[in-house]
Amino acid sequence: MFSVATFLSSFEPLFWAARYTLLISVLGIALGLVIAALICAASLSRIAPLRWFAALWVSFLRGVPLLVQLLLFYYLLPVIGIDVPALVAAVGTVGICASAYISEIWRGAIQALPTGQVAAATAIGMAPRDIWSRIVLPQAFTLSLPALVNELILLVKASSLVSVVGILELTRASQAQAATTFRPLEVYLAAACIYLLINLCLAALGRYLEHRMAV
Amino acid sequence: MPGASSVEIRKVNKHHGQFHALKDVDLDILPGKVTCLIGPSGSGKSTLLRCINFLDEYESGEIRIDGQLIGYESPGGRKMPARKLREMRRSIGMVFQQFNLWPHMTALGNVAEGLMRVRGLPKAEAERRAKNALEKVGLADKMANHPSRLSGGQQQRVAIARALAMEPRLMLFDEPTSALDPELVGEVLNVMKTLATEGMTMIVVTHEMGFAAHVADQVAFMEQGELVSVDVPDKILHQPKDPRIKAFLRTYHERNSF
Ligand SMILES: Nc1ncnc2c1ncn2[C@@H]1O[C@H](COP(=O)(O)OP(=O)(O)OP(=O)(O)O)[C@@H](O)[C@H]1O
Ligand SMILES: [Mg+2]
Repeated sequence: MFSVATFLSSFEPLFWAARYTLLISVLGIALGLVIAALICAASLSRIAPLRWFAALWVSFLRGVPLLVQLLLFYYLLPVIGIDVPALVAAVGTVGICASAYISEIWRGAIQALPTGQVAAATAIGMAPRDIWSRIVLPQAFTLSLPALVNELILLVKASSLVSVVGILELTRASQAQAATTFRPLEVYLAAACIYLLINLCLAALGRYLEHRMAV
Repeated sequence: MPGASSVEIRKVNKHHGQFHALKDVDLDILPGKVTCLIGPSGSGKSTLLRCINFLDEYESGEIRIDGQLIGYESPGGRKMPARKLREMRRSIGMVFQQFNLWPHMTALGNVAEGLMRVRGLPKAEAERRAKNALEKVGLADKMANHPSRLSGGQQQRVAIARALAMEPRLMLFDEPTSALDPELVGEVLNVMKTLATEGMTMIVVTHEMGFAAHVADQVAFMEQGELVSVDVPDKILHQPKDPRIKAFLRTYHERNSF
């Protein structure tokens, strides 16, 4: 029978593990946003080799599963003499992988802006720096918010993969808990509730930001 | 208007890829005069207009604003530094067929932006001038609206105010009423007429033959990248000699009669 008591008592240790899920997702997306800005700039650059590099970056990271990237990152770096803690490997990989998707989201948003807006700014003598910071980026960012929140939610779920490098995040913790309590249903249901809670919060944050930045 | 600009266009050529869009175009515009550019679709009217503020880069020939070459340091020479080009553009206003307002800013914000970023005015002063410009086009009560909450005619008037706030000495209009519902055309043309009587130098690409006939000092007809003829409105619109102009006006009249 379903035990409500076990279900409820599963939450506390799982919350503990969920901190890793959150930490890896949030740091991962933060790193991803920074790298994505650079990759996106490269992909829109007038310098061809930069564009090629961005294209290569995006197609490799989107073409190889995150799990494989993680294992590569974790096992390959020590080979070339860099020893990385599991958490760094996890955040690094998640961030790098996210950067590929986010840079494409931004590139799409920037290219979706009607070119006439930039022409109008150019015509009154605005400098490229001001055109980017005042006209293009604020709109592109607003336009990209729903896709960014979507990406963050995908990341929270994908972060369960980092258990392969030995991090006891939410999914791995619930597996362990289920094994020790012999109560998989209650434990996994509690884990599901926590994932759902995190992602509902993210979705709400997304809606709030969209609302605040809407014209 | 004391500071109105003159424009000299000499043997200007421009390609879009392989396509020869402007062929040895010559045109003179005197200070304070209104020139209407007419011609069939694809004849190069927009391209010529966009070369005047170097949004489109002509390849050979000369375009001079008040005697100063735009885009190049010398005829056939190197490109002029970006900063210098921006300085020249400051005094050339441009109005587009699609308005091209910035949708994330209010009407006031759209007009004040250039004053702050380009002219370097403090916010309060920029907004004061932006208000004046909006009043001039009859939109004092719509300052706080975003473009999406304005009619097409109002949006185009904001776009005109945005250009005027920079205190230009030359205004370029690219089919400013073509995207408007017929009942909204008048309000935009009225603003343009006022500007013309104040002595602004204006170059207007238009299909509004009434405006060309009544407001223009000269009308230039373009076809296939060539400036076929330029003369007073009456000579072009009512007594055309060139068969290409006759053919163009015939299709125009057929389209506009019912
Ligand atoms: N950016 C561009 N790239 C390639 N070809 C272009 C570009 N802009 C214009 N053209 C071509 O150059 C020619 C002239 O275009 P332009 O826009 O100057 O014509 P127009 O006289 O303004 O026509 P319309 O009345 O339709 O606005 C057209 O054949 C057009 O297809
Ligand atoms: Mg045109």
